[in-house]
Amino acid sequence: MVFPVIAVTLFGRVLPTWTLSLATIAASNALVALGIVVLARTGNVSFGQGLFFAAGGYGVALIANNWGITDAVAQMLIGAICGGLLGLVIGPLIARYSGIFFGMLTLALSMVFYGALVKTTVLGGSDGFNVVRPSLFGISFVDPREADFMLYAVSVVTTGLTGIAATILFRSEFGLASLAARENNLRVEYLGISANRIITINFVIAAVFAGASGAFALMAQRHIDPQFAYWTTSGEFVFIAVLAGYQSASAVFVASLALELVRSFSNLYLPNTWQLVLGVFLLAVILFLPRGIGSLWIRERRKRAGVSAETSAAVEEGVPS
Amino acid sequence: MDHFRRTSRSVVLLTAAIAIPVALAAPAYAEDSFKLGVVTFLSGPAADSFGIPARNGGQFVIDELNKGAAPAPYDKVGFGGMKIEPVVIDENGGATKQVQELRNLYERENVDVVLGYIGSGDCLAVAPIAEELKKMLVLMDCGTPRIFEEAKYNYVFRTAAHATMDNVGLIRYMKAKNIKMDTLSAINQDYAWGQDSRADFVAAAGQLYPDVKLQADLLPKFGAGQYGTEISALVSAGSDVVYSSLWGGDLQAFILQATPRGLPKRSQLVLSAADHVLPPLGDKMPDGTIIGARGAYGLMSQKSPVNDWFFKGYQNVNGIYPVQAAYRIAQSILGLKTAVEKAMAKNGGKKPSTDELIAAMTGLEWQSPGGLIQMKLADGHQAIQPIAFSRTKYNPDLRRVDLVDIQYFAAECVNPPAGVKSIEWIKGGMAGAKCN
Repeated sequence: MVFPVIAVTLFGRVLPTWTLSLATIAASNALVALGIVVLARTGNVSFGQGLFFAAGGYGVALIANNWGITDAVAQMLIGAICGGLLGLVIGPLIARYSGIFFGMLTLALSMVFYGALVKTTVLGGSDGFNVVRPSLFGISFVDPREADFMLYAVSVVTTGLTGIAATILFRSEFGLASLAARENNLRVEYLGISANRIITINFVIAAVFAGASGAFALMAQRHIDPQFAYWTTSGEFVFIAVLAGYQSASAVFVASLALELVRSFSNLYLPNTWQLVLGVFLLAVILFLPRGIGSLWIRERRKRAGVSAETSAAVEEGVPS
Repeated sequence: MDHFRRTSRSVVLLTAAIAIPVALAAPAYAEDSFKLGVVTFLSGPAADSFGIPARNGGQFVIDELNKGAAPAPYDKVGFGGMKIEPVVIDENGGATKQVQELRNLYERENVDVVLGYIGSGDCLAVAPIAEELKKMLVLMDCGTPRIFEEAKYNYVFRTAAHATMDNVGLIRYMKAKNIKMDTLSAINQDYAWGQDSRADFVAAAGQLYPDVKLQADLLPKFGAGQYGTEISALVSAGSDVVYSSLWGGDLQAFILQATPRGLPKRSQLVLSAADHVLPPLGDKMPDGTIIGARGAYGLMSQKSPVNDWFFKGYQNVNGIYPVQAAYRIAQSILGLKTAVEKAMAKNGGKKPSTDELIAAMTGLEWQSPGGLIQMKLADGHQAIQPIAFSRTKYNPDLRRVDLVDIQYFAAECVNPPAGVKSIEWIKGGMAGAKCN
């Protein structure tokens, strides 16, 4: 599983420069969407991941500007910690709700944060502020291509390793218990597992991913504004998760990259109707691939694996047992 | 089989979605043309008021230049004989998308220069990226003075004055016209433009009207559309002057709701950037309102060969007279044209490199439809320009709002001198201003 991550990273050496920053943003978005997929396995969708995305971004930006911590890996960790800490505060409160209430509450909290940021003129209000460029292990990159490749490598490796970790998580006892909590949390409680605790832990994991992603988005664009916490930003992450489907971690990255490419080119060739193209693309995926882009290759592998995998496949697809 | 067919169809779909645009992206590069990235709002709340007029203005100027139909000194075809090839991008979608699209314009489309941006947040975000990529970026409209006051750029230029002059000029106009202002109320949108405009206006008022008392100070959210409670507060405050930096749909809604409740009769309305709502509002705009246009633009523009060409030509093509955003992109393109031709005169007529272009643009001066533009601030990277203010008066014969009592202010009267931060300049009594 590590091999494709290394291959994709090295592939960046031959990619044209513009794709590097596009892929960095795609990897960063994929990281949040992966968190949504993790959380969605408990049956709850967060429409407010922008909250943790912005918390990670603002945390990193403020620390970078005040204490001069510009190392890309350190910034990623700071972002993850900021997101995670906020997740620890909010998670236990919100885990008591489910379904639409859960979704609306996350959305509401992210918009409260957005509103507060817009009013905070010290942080540039709605215009936001700029941050210095990141370095790596004490090396600062002056050549734009090298700087882009550095960010690309760090974000792809992080997202890749996170994807592997998520796959392991999905197959672990805890991951299967999360699926069970989605199907019937009462039964899970009777088994002696706290469903609230499962949801809280998954929520914090999603928050950590979103915080780290906010750090990458910040490093890629060197500017932060309250838009990070706006509901359209959160909505986009949910879109990526829907596009990807809930079956494969790598699908999340593919979906995110596809979305970025479609948006960028439709914006260039159809500047007046690019939103329409984006909408048609989303509709096409939902119509022709109702289980997401991931169903393209997951389905085939399962056929090959044969009968022995039937049971685990049934579990992953969420068939109640 | 069914699975296979389904899968292969989806693969084809997905591959097509990704591969077709990639294949189309092969850059076309020509020595005899000048590829210009143009970024403006084509969708979203700012499109109608600013984005589309800017696009139309840009299209008109570029078409005329490519035909060689503009008046002297802009009568050379395109930029110094090179045809201008615009690549238009939508500014809507937030700063993240703008940063990404700016990179794509430079690195994928190989544009020579990117020109545009209306939103201040977008300008703040894209400026450092252009600087890093060592590519020339011309900001045409955004208002915040922070861009060059908080950072230093070599590859970034702004060809319009920042928002400080809108409010300093407005106060100077009110003083010149002896407007009584013992009490003041303000209504501004709760985002950077509204907050900054309010701060500038209140600070400038404190200088020229030292005894003014600020009464209702309202900050409704951006795009609110309904101002019932705010208008109640403004009417009951009954201040001498009600100041607002609202624009676009918000401003139209505010005027339409405030007029029947008698606010314009009770208080003198002063609007810092309102010329673009005059054509849609027509006779709904109360007479005697003091308005600014962020420059000597539109019906407040001064007669000159360049302005006659632009005003009449734009009106013929679009059926409506040009307002601030159209003027701003026109002055931006004409400035870039002047810089390109200046650089070509120096290097013997070759297409100038980015460094040659930057050297030519720094500290440049040129005549635009809105008057003389001088790149005087931020080491020759930030423009100052003259500004005009006036009062509205509906003209039933022409069925349009005319502007009367027009007064012009020289660039150096309303803009801070080089090296001084705007808000400190205002609070320090606007020292060094040259008014005549």
